[in-house]
Amino acid sequence: MSVIMLQLFNGVSVSSILLLIALGLAITFGLMKVINMAHGEFIMIGAYSTYVIQQAFTSNVSKAGFDYYFMFAIPFAFLVAFIIGLILEVSLIRFLYGRPLDSLLATWGVGLILQQLARNIFGAPNVAVISPEWLNGGWEIVAGTVLPYKRLFIIGLVAFCLICMYFYIYRSDAGRRMRAVMQNREMASCLGISTRRVDMMTFAIGSGIAGVAGCALTLLGSIGPSIGTYYIVDAFMVVVLGGVGKLIGTVIGAFGIGLTGAYLEYWTTASLGKVIVFAGIMAFLQWKPMGLVTMRSRSLD
Amino acid sequence: MKKSLGSSMMLMIVVLSMVIAGCSSNKESGSSSSPSEGSTEDTIKVGILHSLSGTMAISEVSVKDSELLAIEEINAAGGVLGKKIVPVVEDGASDWPTFAEKAKKLLQQDKVATVFGGWTSSSRKAMLPVFEELNGLLWYPVQYEGLESSPNIFYTGATTNQQIVPSVTWLLENRGKKFFLLGSDYVFPQTANKIIKAQLAAEGGELVGEEYTPLGYTDYSTVISKIKAAKPDVVYNTLNGDSNVAFFKQLKDAGITTSDLTTLSVSVAEEEIRGIGTDVLVGHLAAWNYYQTTDTPANKKFVEAYKAKYGADRVTADPIEAGYIAVYLWAAAVEKAGSTDVDKVREAAKGIEFDAPEGKVTIDGETQHIYKKVLIGEVQADGMFKELYSTPEPVKPDPYLKGYAWAKGLSNG
Repeated sequence: MSVIMLQLFNGVSVSSILLLIALGLAITFGLMKVINMAHGEFIMIGAYSTYVIQQAFTSNVSKAGFDYYFMFAIPFAFLVAFIIGLILEVSLIRFLYGRPLDSLLATWGVGLILQQLARNIFGAPNVAVISPEWLNGGWEIVAGTVLPYKRLFIIGLVAFCLICMYFYIYRSDAGRRMRAVMQNREMASCLGISTRRVDMMTFAIGSGIAGVAGCALTLLGSIGPSIGTYYIVDAFMVVVLGGVGKLIGTVIGAFGIGLTGAYLEYWTTASLGKVIVFAGIMAFLQWKPMGLVTMRSRSLD
Repeated sequence: MKKSLGSSMMLMIVVLSMVIAGCSSNKESGSSSSPSEGSTEDTIKVGILHSLSGTMAISEVSVKDSELLAIEEINAAGGVLGKKIVPVVEDGASDWPTFAEKAKKLLQQDKVATVFGGWTSSSRKAMLPVFEELNGLLWYPVQYEGLESSPNIFYTGATTNQQIVPSVTWLLENRGKKFFLLGSDYVFPQTANKIIKAQLAAEGGELVGEEYTPLGYTDYSTVISKIKAAKPDVVYNTLNGDSNVAFFKQLKDAGITTSDLTTLSVSVAEEEIRGIGTDVLVGHLAAWNYYQTTDTPANKKFVEAYKAKYGADRVTADPIEAGYIAVYLWAAAVEKAGSTDVDKVREAAKGIEFDAPEGKVTIDGETQHIYKKVLIGEVQADGMFKELYSTPEPVKPDPYLKGYAWAKGLSNG
């Protein structure tokens, strides 16, 4: 019984991580149709930003102050990834709208460049990020069943990001303009919306969220130049399964994969569990090629 | 129409990636002026072939560094046969076909006298046929799963009876009988675990679980649930690369400490500890043949030279040292043979001794492995190891485990 409950928690935790890494991609790929292979590298940028903040705190702040570095690292990671995303959009991505295969090739190259850049700046070996003291340990609900604080924290962070995104996209003026541009670019442009500005902001926000994901992942995994490659496939899987264009699809996709993955892995093995999940997704996409949630729009042919 | 456009795009991607790979290889080999000629009158060319990009760069860049250090030291002391050694550095790019291709290039185009390189067993297995076909010489510096020997390869890392087998015996005697085997899903962990299972059956251990995760796997919550349910005394960890970081961080978060459970790793050395964070690793064990803290005069000199050249924050570790001694052993063999000819060097290498940082090592002519001491160490708060156990004498390499009755039948399947 307790195992089933613990796996439920593990499944929710895995889902929340999947959702966090896919959220940025749901915007850049889901809304903008840019096959953004460099998404994983924005996760890496977020992770290294966290490392930089940690190093700055280690050398400048007292031991007591150090524990709060993480609260600065999250907005900093967002900001750094946001700015690099903005630069990338202005210098490259804007020439590639409506050419998904070209965007795949170009962003893949950008990903390689960013990886090598990280290797040159921070060195090839991994770097270590020490978790803040208040995130160590866990909440023991019954003897032997511990819910780690880090995972609870990530679930909270994901919920927070999701709510922010929801209000931004569906409740703000900027978000309304964004949806208008993504659904019918010509019409939006005719109505006086600056589509250039909207494109820039949208891509930068998607990149920024990937940066936040990178920051959160430093709590659980390694920080190295190639960490993006571990997450990129999962992120695409979630967005494709969820169906492009709708936030709720991404949420359902992440929880579908995370929960079934956790139980399958428990009953079989890690490798086999992943194979079964992949096979299930392929079968599902045969049945519903557009994914779980589809967006209806007259402009989509 | 749309479909054919798509497939032509895919073709373009493939072609382009080949072009990119080609370009990067040209850039790396720029250290010599005329690539078509081999060793000249006052220089000897040697190849260094490690992954300088891709996922394995994390580990292999440091081995390349120590090999270059050894070459520099030998040159400063007058070189080999009075000639300077000139390294030709190539990037295997964490891609096994690339290793085979670059090995071929080094042997045929650069005509190097020998090659130092490789890390993963997959890269070694990819290079092996090339070296056998062209009669080249490869020095492979990493501990591996054994059950192999080739006349064209010298192995300066440990084989199984110099790392895994003695550590399992030690754990059974000191830490408990119930074993949980955790590894990455590829050649080395699966072969190593096959050996461990045979050994457990013979020496009275009990296998309570066995798990493999894909390379680069990042979420260990479910594996940790399984470990908790199985209640082992020992987790024998053959995970490789970044997965170790995720596993140890999440193990600590799950509230499991080293007093509940012993873990022993065979792929976590000083270099990896630095990237994982010492706070999550303190008290965990690892089996190797060398630690930065190994107390020999040669090691003191090596650590100082390495830090002076590459920075005070760098650390040395077992494979880094194995790469370093490989260069010295080759140089000694060339001196003895009076030639860089592969067959003569191979003959001369038999029985060569060297005062390595890990202590005295000897080349075993029969298997082309080297005699090594086996160490088990515990991670300390400063990221270094405290030695818990050491074999009194260097152990004779036995890649096919012929000296162990329980290992019969392992080598052929």
